[in-house]
Amino acid sequence: MELPLLVALREDGSLDPALAPALQNEDLLVLFRNMLLLRALDEKAINLQRSGRIGFYVPCTGQEAMEIGSGFALKEGDWIFPSYRDHGVALLRGYPLATLVGQLFGNASDAMKGRQMPNHWCDRSINLVSVSSPVATQLPQAVGAAYAAKLRGEKVAAIVYFGDGGSSTGAFHVAMNFAGVYRTPTVFFCGNNQYAISLPVSRQTASDSIARKADAYGFEGVRVDGNDVLAVTKVTRDALARAREGGGPTLIEAVTYRMGPHSTSDDPTRYRSEEEIAEWAKRDPVRRFTEYLQKAGVVDGVEAANRAEEAREEVLRAVKECEGAPPVPPESLVEDVYAEMPWHLIEQRKWLPHAEE
Amino acid sequence: MPVMTLIQAINAALSGEMERNPAVVLLGEDIGNSGGVFRATEGLWERFGPERVMDTPLAEAGILGMAIGMALNGLRPVAEIQFADFIYPAFDQIVSELAKFRYRSAGQFPAPVVIRAPSGGGIGGGLYHSQSPEAYFVHTAGLTVVMPSTPADGKGLLVSAMRSPDPVIFLEPKALYRTAKGEVPEGEYDVPLGKAHTVREGTDVSVISYGAMVPVAEGAAAEAEKEGVSVEITDLRTLWPLDVEAVDRSVQKTGRAVVLHEAPRTCGFGAELATLVQERSFLHLKAPVARVTGFDTPFPYALEKIYLPDVRRTLDAVRGAVNF
Ligand SMILES: Cc1ncc(C[n+]2csc(CCOP(=O)(O)OP(=O)(O)O)c2C)c(N)n1
Ligand SMILES: [Mg+2]
Repeated sequence: MELPLLVALREDGSLDPALAPALQNEDLLVLFRNMLLLRALDEKAINLQRSGRIGFYVPCTGQEAMEIGSGFALKEGDWIFPSYRDHGVALLRGYPLATLVGQLFGNASDAMKGRQMPNHWCDRSINLVSVSSPVATQLPQAVGAAYAAKLRGEKVAAIVYFGDGGSSTGAFHVAMNFAGVYRTPTVFFCGNNQYAISLPVSRQTASDSIARKADAYGFEGVRVDGNDVLAVTKVTRDALARAREGGGPTLIEAVTYRMGPHSTSDDPTRYRSEEEIAEWAKRDPVRRFTEYLQKAGVVDGVEAANRAEEAREEVLRAVKECEGAPPVPPESLVEDVYAEMPWHLIEQRKWLPHAEE
Repeated sequence: MPVMTLIQAINAALSGEMERNPAVVLLGEDIGNSGGVFRATEGLWERFGPERVMDTPLAEAGILGMAIGMALNGLRPVAEIQFADFIYPAFDQIVSELAKFRYRSAGQFPAPVVIRAPSGGGIGGGLYHSQSPEAYFVHTAGLTVVMPSTPADGKGLLVSAMRSPDPVIFLEPKALYRTAKGEVPEGEYDVPLGKAHTVREGTDVSVISYGAMVPVAEGAAAEAEKEGVSVEITDLRTLWPLDVEAVDRSVQKTGRAVVLHEAPRTCGFGAELATLVQERSFLHLKAPVARVTGFDTPFPYALEKIYLPDVRRTLDAVRGAVNF
């Protein structure tokens, strides 16, 4: 039997009380603010890339609800193992917008010294682990981090993000198995956005859902409407709470849609139709939540529009702050390879262009 | 002869051989409907169908394991690894299995798989879209490692790879995919594996290189010429098994050798080349063999241009050899 899709925010704008998290208006506004910020950031970053001001970008447009809802469910001390598409979680957890934008520029304003491509950020102070491009490598690592917390008796969990494509890797199955065997406080959060670059999920797996795969590893899998920020918050909160209390891992499949390209290098018109995009646009998570907030009287139309404008201005300010920074210094090329620089890297500094002058 | 880019030449090699040999099957991520992220397989899915141009789930170990099984049972699989950087999940299948099948079965189970992988830097790809992993594979007995630097070689070498009795790691210098343009013979055309190519004759210094560093060597040779230094350039084309005679010939003529690659220096393929030159041509040498390579660091994003060997660093090494 197919796993049910959990929805709190129904199509008609009403709420299913069983699946709505207990949230105050101020919480709702935090969710709203971050979703708007994320949307605004994606819009601006795509423009920056198109005009050659940054090299590359991975948008998460269409996936704001799963990003922000799951991020909101986390508590201080929890560990986050993101993929390249999870800047929403970073923002929600307090990663400064300007640090995030600085990473896109890969200049001196990049806290990671321009080492990685855009979208590969991290922040030790909030347990936001460094993003890797190779898909799904972070999954077993999240099991290890969760195990360490459990060993020390800490009531924290580790959440790990990956996509539908990532669920095909060996690392996914290894991680699920280890998490099941050691009952680690790990939440596997799969953003099923229907595509792995050009491959639709129907050709990624013959299973009727990804959540179902948890069964084989001895723990629960749930499918949630990934465009419903309230249901995502609730389901992730429950899974994290269970993990922190020793109840073991959970696999969450957030069913969503990547409304934009895979990355700025991708041309999605090659593999999907206008009709399909239009169909999912009706379920745009930002619009859906905006309409709900208006209906619930949390914001009115004018205020919603103002807040969207404020988000865009905030992004512009961050861009202004970062874009003019100087390039990263060439010497940083050979730093951080080892804790202490070995002789051969000291010698290789002589190859740097300025070294001769 | 038509003028093609390297990526077009790769496409031509694949389509020509698929046309001629129904056993050739392609498999990889995004190679079907969308024609591959670099468009190497553009049009092939439409032409040969999804059974011969397989869009696989995201799992390199699966791609390689599957390719090996296909090869054992009579097909000629050509696996695409989207970026050479993502070959590591398949490392076990390549190193433990693919490379050793012939040996461990005393020749009963050869596994002629071709693995195509875009390699090297030059596209702003940072740590994971820029690596040059050739040394791992040269180090693994049983594998043939090939890297073209021109469109004609791209076509001819890939055709030979698809006909090789042994597994071939076919590394494509992605920096040259669209920048390398040249005449490519039409129809059936092959370039033998294991044969280097003298790109430029010279008398003072031999630069030995391959892939995307060949144009860098040419740039350095042109500069050196202005200084009265004559550089000979050998494009290895097949890294292993090496055309060692071509290397001997060139170095014994000039008496000086510079090996040039963008992969990191330590235990890079250049280390093997330098040793071979030293062992085989010692008495001809007028200067130590010089290496121009990438740094012994992960491949950086912002400092890519500094990381990659360029004309400046190559020319320095050439001058160093001449003035030793
Ligand atoms: C091991 C590995 N193979 C291939 C790639 C190239 N690649 C980057 S993203 C991607 C698709 C990932 O799809 P999915 O897991 O669904 O995540 P999404 O991008 O949709 O968020 C591929 C094939 C990679 N990064 N790592
Ligand atoms: Mg996906």
